[in-house]
Parts: sequence; C-alpha cells; structure tokens
Amino acid sequence: MKYIDEFRDGEVAQSIAAAIKAEADANATYHIMEFCGGHTHAISRYGLEDLLPANVRMIHGPGCPVCVLPVGRIDAAIWLAKQPGVTLVTYGDMLRVPGSRRLSLLKAKAEGADVRMVYSTLDAIKLASANPERQVVFFAIGFETTTPPTAVAIKQAQALGLKNFSVFCNHVLTPSAITQILDSPEVRELGTVKLDAFIGPAHVSTIIGSRPYEYFAEEYQRPVVIAGFEPLDVMQAVRMLVRQINDGRFEVENEFARAVTRDGNEKAKSLVADMFELRRVFEWRGLGAVPYSALRLKEPYAAWDAERRWDVPQDSPPDNKACECGAILRGVKKPTDCKLFGTVCTPENPMGSCMVSAEGACAAHWTYGRFRDLERSE
Amino acid sequence: MTLPRRAHPRPLDIASGRVDLTHGGGGRAMAQLVEELFVAAFDNEALNQRNDQAAFNVPGGRMVMTTDGYVISPLFFPGGDIGSLSVHGTVNDVAMAGARPLSLSAGFIIEEGFPLSDLQRIVQSMAKASKEAGVPVVTGDTKVVEKGKGDGIFITTAGIGMVPPGVEISGNKARPGDAILVSGTMGDHGVAVMSQRESLGFETEILSDSAALHTMVAEMVAAVPGIRVLRDPTRGGLAATLNEIASQSGIGMLMEEALVPVKPQVLGACELLGLDPLYVANEGKLICICAESDAPRLLEIMRAHPLGRDAARIGACREDSHHFVQMKTRMGGNRVVDWLAGEQLPRIC
Repeated sequence: MKYIDEFRDGEVAQSIAAAIKAEADANATYHIMEFCGGHTHAISRYGLEDLLPANVRMIHGPGCPVCVLPVGRIDAAIWLAKQPGVTLVTYGDMLRVPGSRRLSLLKAKAEGADVRMVYSTLDAIKLASANPERQVVFFAIGFETTTPPTAVAIKQAQALGLKNFSVFCNHVLTPSAITQILDSPEVRELGTVKLDAFIGPAHVSTIIGSRPYEYFAEEYQRPVVIAGFEPLDVMQAVRMLVRQINDGRFEVENEFARAVTRDGNEKAKSLVADMFELRRVFEWRGLGAVPYSALRLKEPYAAWDAERRWDVPQDSPPDNKACECGAILRGVKKPTDCKLFGTVCTPENPMGSCMVSAEGACAAHWTYGRFRDLERSE
Repeated sequence: MTLPRRAHPRPLDIASGRVDLTHGGGGRAMAQLVEELFVAAFDNEALNQRNDQAAFNVPGGRMVMTTDGYVISPLFFPGGDIGSLSVHGTVNDVAMAGARPLSLSAGFIIEEGFPLSDLQRIVQSMAKASKEAGVPVVTGDTKVVEKGKGDGIFITTAGIGMVPPGVEISGNKARPGDAILVSGTMGDHGVAVMSQRESLGFETEILSDSAALHTMVAEMVAAVPGIRVLRDPTRGGLAATLNEIASQSGIGMLMEEALVPVKPQVLGACELLGLDPLYVANEGKLICICAESDAPRLLEIMRAHPLGRDAARIGACREDSHHFVQMKTRMGGNRVVDWLAGEQLPRIC
C-alpha cells in the first residue's frame, strides 16, 4: 500500500535500530515519553521495544483521549443518556469506559438508554435531522484533532436550524497536559520520574503545528520530536531525540514534515477559536485539575451546549483505590506496577480507563506485550 | 361445477407483497408461503414429502451435527447475502470436522412487513448455494414476529455430516512443531460487509469470500487423514480462531506477519477504519494445523483448488504454558496476537 509500506519497512527499521544502538551512550539511560496513545499503540503493535537497546526506555504518556477523561464526566454522560427523550451519540471507545459503580454507557444502553456509536460527527447530525422528536447529544471527546469536526457539526446544526442537537464538550488541550507533567513534583522537585525528551503528537500537530511546543522545549529544556504514527516514524524520532540529548540540545524537530507545518491548519484553528473558549480548569484522570486545559462553547453557541441545556452533574468521584491509571498516565508507574493489571483489570473487564482504549498504556501492553513480563519472570 | 385443484387460487404477490402475521400463523397463508417460496426453491425428495421432519437413511460411522444463527446486517452484501451465507457457514462447520456434509435444516424468523421479493431473493440464493454444494435443505420452519420485534430476517441452519473412517480432527490436537496453514487471504468478508454499512459507505471492489469449503476439505482429508485441526476463521478472524485452538490444545503459536496473506484493498480499508485484518471475519477460508511433514502436500492440494489458490504456511505451534499466540512483526519485533476484546464489527454473520 503506497504511503504506508514505506513507513513499515522491516529492513529500514533494523538499520535505524542499529544506528540508535551505535549512537546511544552505553553509560547513559534515555527516558523518552511518547505523549500520544497513537505512538503507544504503534510501539506495542509492531513490537518496537524489541528493536531498541535496553538503555532507551519508552514511557507512555497521557495522550489517550479516552483514558484522561475523569470518572465524573463519564457519569455525567451516563446521566445525560438517561434523561427522557435523549439519544446520546459518541465514538465507539467511550462505550466501555467504566464510570463510578462500574457503570458504563454500554451497560446504560443495555438497561434501555438510547446510546449510539458513530464514526463521524456528521452522522450525529444526520441522526438529529432524521429524529426531530429526540434530543441528540454528541458526547464530544478528544484532543485538538477531534475538536474541529465537533465545530463543523455545530456549524452544520446551525445551518440546518436543528433545535434538537447539542454537544457535551470534553475537548482537551495537549500543551497544557505536557506542561502539567513537567511541573509535577515527581519530575520537577523529587526527580523520581526521569523524562529526558518527548515524542510529540502526530495528528494533534497537524492542527496546532509545531510552534506550541517551542515554549516548553526551551522553558523546561526538553527536546521534542514530532513524529508520525507509523513504526519507522517512531524509530526515526527516537534516533533524533538520542542525538539531541547527546548534543545537549533541546529543540523542536519535525519528523512528520509530510503532514505537520510550524503553524498547523489555520482554517481549523480559526474555526475552533471562533467557537470555543478555555475552561478555567478541567479535571483530568491522573493529572488532577489542570488549569486552562480544556474547551467549552462560547456564549453565542450556548444553544448547542448540553451543559447549558441540562443541569449536568459536576461531581468528581474518585477512581477505584487500587487503580493506578493516574500514576501510569503521569509516567510515574508502569502498567505492571498496578495490582489490578491482568488480574481483575483486563480489556474484557476494564477497571480503569487505561485498559479500555487500544491506545491506553495498559491495554496496549496487555494486548501486545505481556509475554515479555512472563519471559522476564521465568 | 369443478373446483380448481390448486389450494391457493391466487399466487403470492412476490413483486409488491409483504410478509404479514398470517404467514406464520399456521393457516392457509403459511402453507402457501412454504409451498410457493420454500419448497419450490429447495425442491428435494425429503422436503417434498411435506412432513414436520425429514426421514432418510444414513451410513454407519461417526456423524457430526452443527447449528448456526445468521443475523447479518445488511442482508445483501458484495459477494453474497444472508441466504448463501447461512448455507456456506453451516456446511463449513460440518466440513471442519473433516466430514462430508449430508443435509441441512433451515429456520426462518421473519419480521412482519418484510418484502416477499427480498424473501424470495434470499431463499433462491440459499437454494442455489445448497444445490451447488450438493447439500439439500431437507426440513425447515417459518415464524413471523411483529414489526419491531426482529430486524428483517434471521435464519438458523443446522447441518449433519459423516466423518470418513480414520479421520479425527479436533481443536485439541495441535502439537508443538505442527505447521499452521491458511487457505487464502484474510479479512475479505468483514470488509465487504462493512463497506455496505450506511454509516461507513466507502466504495470497494472487495467481495465477501463466502463459499462452501467441503470439496477442498474432502481432498485434503483423503490425502492426509491425520490432519490435526481444521477451523474456519469467522467472527474474530484469524486471531480469535488461533487463540481458541492454542487454548484447546494447550500450546503456543508463533506466526509471521509477512506470511499472512491479505489483499491490498482489505489492508487499505482496514487502515481507514482502524481495524486489524487479523481480527476481521472470513466465510470461505480455513485454518489447517498439521504435522510439519504434511504441510507441503496439503498446501499443494489447497493451491490446486479454486478456493485455496492463495494458501500459505503462516507459522508453527510451539510449547508455551501461557498458550500465547505470538507474531513476528514486519519490523522484526514480537507481539501477542490476543483474543479480541469487545466487538470489533457487530453483526457480520
């Protein structure tokens, strides 16, 4: 397949792996966080850990939109789905995420709530047009990549004069999450978590460009390489980061130049800027309350805001006590450090959000990589 | 005055008629539906006797029996429909024991309001598939449920077959060192069905691989009666089926990504939809596990058969107390090929 095979070439991967091994200082350990779940998934699915030398360690970041949504927002979505006349529409992964009392949208659906899965926001609009007697609420989640499609859906609803469509907005921002991780005591003061460099997001960066990372690369003195989601992209980014660390540089480099520019997608950015404003604070699973890290609809679009249309509960119930999703999302712990991992928490029966999405650190490790733990322990 | 000899003076209005509750009510309307639509299409000696059961003689030996429900949506898809699928799927389940399929039963649950023309199209396609396979539908049942209580039509078929002497194929017979073969490209059926879903609506030339595999199986079993395992990778695809076998047999497996045949169009569609072809369903492919020494012969037989042209050896069984199915990726790394969690593609068969 053209434009895909080129980035999945096993021989090229081996030669990059050899270069990384040759260039990495055998006396140093390189701690590289891939922020995005897309990279986490690629690393696990293609077995890239087997190609990296032992002193280059990949740390899975919080860039999985399903994983970072706190229990309270899942509960709120379930609450919305149970309101009379409401059809709640969302992306497939959200259905299985456990809220409090082990409820999920999938279970709410089985109990009779009208919950539908869509592949595109425009399908939600179609559903609203076809069912004028139902209140169609789109449960919007995701980073900068999925925000423009939500904006387009609202524009469309406006153009069609749809009165029965609204958005439960949970869009979050990448740069604020990275800053939060770098500001966390484990990284900044205690130094218990080593983070030497970042692989920057692929799809998010196509929208926001590479410029937003320049601030924290300089401020926190951490190199960033923006990389695509194909396995060779990840390998090449690791090599570029090893070089930056060796050279003592902390620049933003762009490995994903085939899709990412410095300024990103101006049209999408202005659409989002026109429609959304920053929330003063938003709760993230694992990261806690992060200031200015999420979006809500601006006043002129209040009519499409589900949180203004309904009195949506704003509780923030705690995670399961034994669940380590929070520490895993901050890079403080590995999936295997969690007592629940693989015992009571599996993809079939997830306790925490990291086990739900294929991009979650726990699900990726369980699904593709758990044989390594057993080989190690035997 | 001479009364007309036909029991039903007006034939069914296939062109614009619809199934209503009387068609399942046990009265004359039902009798007419059965006669003009089902019996006319399936037409065989056992069914033509119009009894509530089919009676027939069977040879002595080991018999297999299987049943399967078909709820696929949409009902018609590129390369087949629910009717042909309900024959192929059940014939294949019989064949995966190495057995020769003898006959099928068919149960129809039809939703009130279902167009008779669609019903006829489905039944005729089913009859065609059964005649081509040489496996008659010898008995059946029809029920009609109120509108809103079904989704068009559901079909259940059961099949019986005879296992040739000396053949003992079972999911628990794979041994470390055995070869793992597949009869062709993976994922065609699932992608063909997905392409027809209204919410996805992408255009593709991929046809479902829906087909009856028993003639190929007969040749394989005749040449190598000691085949250990045969299974058709339907729901959950190759990944789920290999995991089933690994756990039944208490072994591990190692396959190579580069050896698994997948059509470029299927790969492309999977990329777009975020699916893994290893988990996408097939309806005309089989997995064969055999002694390493039998592999070349079986591959030759499969490749000579029209349904096995792309047959390939994709890996081998090995000792593993955790029963992992692992895969060497094109990148040169290893990964687990796990059971499918949740539902990747609902209602594809």
